[in-house]
Amino acid sequence: MLEKIDIDLPASPESLAKLEPGSIVYLNGVVYTAREGVYDRVLNRKENLPVPIHEVTNANFHCSPAASSNADGSYRIGAVTATASFRFSKYMGDWLDATKTRVVIGKGGMPAEDYKNILAPRGAVYLTTVGYGTGALLGQGVRKVLSVHWLEELGIAQAMWMFEVCGFGPFLVDSDLEGNSLFAEQGKLVNRNIEQAYKGLRKPALLRYGETDDRKDELI
Amino acid sequence: MRPISQEAIEEACYEIMKKAAVDIPEDYLAGIKRSAEREKEALSGFVIKTMVKNYETATAERRPMCADTGLPRYFIKVGDDARFEGGFTGMERSIRSATARATQDVPMRPNRVHPLWRTDYNNNVGINAPEVEWSFEPDAGWIDITTVHKGGLFGTDYRMLFPGDGLGGIRRFLLDTLIAFGKRGLACQPAIIGIGIGGSKDTCMQLGKQAACLRIVGDRNPDPKIAELELELMEASNSIGMGPMGFVGSSMAVDLHIEVGFTHTGGMPVSVHTFCLSSRRATARIHADGHIEYRTDPKWFTPYYRREGIAWEGARLDQERQHA
Repeated sequence: MLEKIDIDLPASPESLAKLEPGSIVYLNGVVYTAREGVYDRVLNRKENLPVPIHEVTNANFHCSPAASSNADGSYRIGAVTATASFRFSKYMGDWLDATKTRVVIGKGGMPAEDYKNILAPRGAVYLTTVGYGTGALLGQGVRKVLSVHWLEELGIAQAMWMFEVCGFGPFLVDSDLEGNSLFAEQGKLVNRNIEQAYKGLRKPALLRYGETDDRKDELI
Repeated sequence: MRPISQEAIEEACYEIMKKAAVDIPEDYLAGIKRSAEREKEALSGFVIKTMVKNYETATAERRPMCADTGLPRYFIKVGDDARFEGGFTGMERSIRSATARATQDVPMRPNRVHPLWRTDYNNNVGINAPEVEWSFEPDAGWIDITTVHKGGLFGTDYRMLFPGDGLGGIRRFLLDTLIAFGKRGLACQPAIIGIGIGGSKDTCMQLGKQAACLRIVGDRNPDPKIAELELELMEASNSIGMGPMGFVGSSMAVDLHIEVGFTHTGGMPVSVHTFCLSSRRATARIHADGHIEYRTDPKWFTPYYRREGIAWEGARLDQERQHA
């Protein structure tokens, strides 16, 4: 654990095989951003990808940059951080197939069974940002905006950005090629103490739905 | 003396937007460094140390510390004796203009969209946005403007508890909220936790939010019993066994603040808020002569703000009873 690894993008299967949950990763090459706006265009509305992504990179960053456009048409990237990935889980299978993406980067990971069933079988790993507010460190690693697509249609936050990156990180490996999950492992360890934290605390007088899923139940 | 100019007001708003996005407040930095020293788990310790490095990089390179620059909003305190151009609506115009300019110049992420149509004007300004909360202060000629950039998706909850649920009920609801949003670190902990107790529903939310965002690390509630409860619940938060990113650890709260308001005799509403790892706030004081001073302590909860100084029948008796 806490071993530092540099990976050149597009990532080779050999380089990904070295990763295990908890490894610290820095990336070099090109990453692209895509989240629900982009997934919707390509997977639901069947629009063509604006660039043949797989020729350039295989790393998808769940990110909305703090960016603005300059008068000369160039872009300024201030800080870069990830957005919570669990919401995009449902797109991942089709997306990895369509783009040959093998490195998914985001915030907080996805359900462990998605790693086993969707990412690992396709040779893909999941990296999580650290913290999660390391916007300045990651912003420092972005060397250049290569291009931005669907900016007008989707806005700055949802557009598809292509970043040239160097020493881009740190990230922590959540899921390795076998679909092991750091978050799941850590969650199990945390759970062992939870009962202790609630010792002696009674249920509140009035419950809420969600605490019982039977809507015919009384809540008192 | 001439009234405070509208230019001074807009300059102050613009500058605090930049400062808040980039520079971590010193009280929070000192607090998180203490968390780093205390944290025994390697992974959690690595996360906190990386965050400290991130704050240093943000300040050195003038980059926002987090790309999710939150939902910028404002808290304004106007001294009774303050005189300024443009009136209150003029001040709100300045705030909107400064928000839009800072969004472009910092740059900040244009997070604000229409809730249904998702329309984004790329400037963090829109219907009912940014929020402006007003308060007033006796015997003062200055205007304090505070901005807070807080993420808005995870880490907040509200619940109507009842007097019989007691302090244990509050503790349990706090744990529920922290564990629900702390898993995988969605709350971006360690955080400054704010708890609002009492008031009506909306007041309860507002008090908790302000407790999280507008009081600095190390500040204690002036009521000694509430101050004690703050320390007790902070200890409970850090004893869950959860650290940053939901990893095993003991760093959930950098501090915990409680604010209270008189409430319905039958109820005990409670709200919990987490002001994340990137606790962004900055304050400008525009003095009566127009010069501007910047700081990171909003000094929002003055004795007047808590209405301690407003007399009502029985106030003295009530205080005597409480402290007996």
